[in-house]
Amino acid sequence: MTETRDPAPPARRRMTWKRVLGHIISCKDASRLVSRREEGPLSAWQRLALRLHLSVCEACSRFERQIAFLRTAMQRYRQ
Amino acid sequence: MAAADISRDLEPQRSYLLRVARLQLRDEALAEDVVQETLLAALSGTGFSGKSSLRTWLTGILKHKIVDAIRKKQREPTVASSFGDIDAEIDIEDFDALFNERGGWEPKPGEWGNSPEDALNQRQFLDVMDLCLEKLPPNTARVFMMREVMELETDEICKELTINANNLWVILYRARMALRLCLEQNWFARND
Repeated sequence: MTETRDPAPPARRRMTWKRVLGHIISCKDASRLVSRREEGPLSAWQRLALRLHLSVCEACSRFERQIAFLRTAMQRYRQ
Repeated sequence: MAAADISRDLEPQRSYLLRVARLQLRDEALAEDVVQETLLAALSGTGFSGKSSLRTWLTGILKHKIVDAIRKKQREPTVASSFGDIDAEIDIEDFDALFNERGGWEPKPGEWGNSPEDALNQRQFLDVMDLCLEKLPPNTARVFMMREVMELETDEICKELTINANNLWVILYRARMALRLCLEQNWFARND
């Protein structure tokens, strides 16, 4: 993933903050938690880490919506 | 509902039940048997109240027949081995290919449009779903169907398949990752 560095201070601060939140856990870990959550509640720490990650990560938010769609699709399968 | 009505209504459900049974058993003859037993049980039973859909009710009967069939299979080691080694489907390292070394998506999940749900009303989409489910490794497909279609609890699945919860989560994660990718490649990327 390449990110262009914006020299303007406000944009850079946003970028850094976003990067910090996004790196509490990796996308790989976040995707596992999204799947794991379908089977039962996560721990408080897992919930927090996932929430922070999803708040700044468009790719994982997309993944989360797609997993929800999969569940709907499988329910439709039996109707 | 009269018996004649019910037998007329059951026949169209047969192909759906077969599809579900095949995905979980990966054994044509056994799937046929299980569906036959399900339909017989439905005909002789009085359980259908009309409160749920006929299909949901039949799925509930099928669930028990499939669990019975799996139990029976596990007692016959020669037959059970035809299913393949479940441990081979648990290796989490497989997913490394979908992420870079820092754990970022590679490639990122694609955009599925504003209302992917619209696809659910299309016959062709359901066919693509079937194909994607069939492409899953046998045990992965079986576990995913048990969870998402049969709606078995995770501890029930663990007990029936004698695997631990961690392994179950890995298998379900694998199923979702593979299905997501398959649907994206074979449907959403083509229907932008």
